[in-house]
Amino acid sequence: MSVNLQLVDLTKKYRDVKALKSVSLELQGNKIIVLLGVNGAGKTTLMRIMAGLEDSDSGQILFNNQNTEPKALRRVSTLVFQKTAMFTMNVYGNLAFGLKIRKVPREEIPKRVEEALQAVRLPEFEKRRAKRLSGGEQQRIALARAFLLDSHVLLLDEPTANLDPNSAIIIEKAIISKKSSQRVIVMATHNLNQARRMADEIVHIHNGEIVEIAKPADFFENPKSEITRKFINGELDF
Amino acid sequence: MADIIVQAFQQAINLITSGNPEVYATVYRTIYVAGIGTLLSCLWSIPIAVVLGLYNFRGKWFIKGIFNAFIGIPTVALGLLIYLLLSRQGEFGYLHLLYTLNGIAIGQAILVTPIIVSFTANALGSADSQLRDLAKTLGASGFRTNLILIRETIWSMVLSVTAAFNRGFGELGIATIVGGNLLGETRVLTTAIAIEINFGAFDVAMAYALILMLIVIVLALTISLIERVRNEDVSWSKLVFWRGLGGN
Repeated sequence: MSVNLQLVDLTKKYRDVKALKSVSLELQGNKIIVLLGVNGAGKTTLMRIMAGLEDSDSGQILFNNQNTEPKALRRVSTLVFQKTAMFTMNVYGNLAFGLKIRKVPREEIPKRVEEALQAVRLPEFEKRRAKRLSGGEQQRIALARAFLLDSHVLLLDEPTANLDPNSAIIIEKAIISKKSSQRVIVMATHNLNQARRMADEIVHIHNGEIVEIAKPADFFENPKSEITRKFINGELDF
Repeated sequence: MADIIVQAFQQAINLITSGNPEVYATVYRTIYVAGIGTLLSCLWSIPIAVVLGLYNFRGKWFIKGIFNAFIGIPTVALGLLIYLLLSRQGEFGYLHLLYTLNGIAIGQAILVTPIIVSFTANALGSADSQLRDLAKTLGASGFRTNLILIRETIWSMVLSVTAAFNRGFGELGIATIVGGNLLGETRVLTTAIAIEINFGAFDVAMAYALILMLIVIVLALTISLIERVRNEDVSWSKLVFWRGLGGN
């Protein structure tokens, strides 16, 4: 049976700004769900709430039909940030960090790290200083670090922003290879071409509200919402 | 004036190379009181800094403000206060610490507390908030997240402890008032400089000052080298000899 994540009436306010206005969504495993929207639409806030890094002001998150608090959400999800963060360690230390916390047997860790590096096409990078790698390499390491944990919910916040096309394609392929019935993958982006290439389902979020949910063909060819049509045509004022 | 400086250099070299036991003992005592004072202060300053840097609570700004304000406390004022506490009639007179090296060390521990607390708390507080989120999203508990943030800012902590050591190493007020500047017992480099000036022996005073500065500079350079080796992942020999010559 496929895993599922349900967001029910989530709201979030920062001072006077409503970042999320009653967002409800049902997400299934074996799919890549792309969150599309302009900057400031609420994508990152929604991702952080799904990752358990922030609490919503109201609403619920159900994982496999169970109400799940932020702390428990952090145990089943992993977020790859738009701006890559690396610990002051070598690549191996960065990758092994989450595995050690999740008490993976010590003898398994080197092999799993090696496999994860192969998946993002950075073999033999174990001993390199993570912070001294290029932006694209760091992003691939961040992705490998998230892959390693085999989380049920994989959240990717603009994982290819500011990357060269070659690195972006490598990352896209690596993400697609992680599709599984036991994993919900949500990727936030404002890149329409990437959404078309990768999405099984597109969720368009605007001003903290979901304005359209559709399969890529319907989303691009026959958008139901006027806001989505304007977004696709680059006519949206924000 | 230039003559005095030249003579002072010669005198300093003579003092260092002559094997004069009192000179070496004075240097040792100075390092001892500053070292013990700094280590002692770390016992309470670092935990206080961790709480101030990593946790939010009511009135935190006020406590941080107090520590910031005391960074520049005059050493004579603090020396006087500690003197009164350690004197025979004082609350801690029974410890018999007045005119001892350990008495000076305790005074210096109090003196450097605001430096370690303020610098370390600021470093922890300004640690990249994304690292906190990263640790959490990788499954770290709150405690483990704080440990990783401490690890990430460890170098700033080393620098704050070094600054604290230097402050203790170069202070005069506490060493004079609490230590009493007893020859062969509590005389340290700063009090030795002061007394040599009183005797009109400027060249000897300057020589002690040069030794004092030499030790501070060597310590600072050593710390900088360790930091560069740590950050740049290069060998010691390459860093010292090649980079020192301006190579890449």
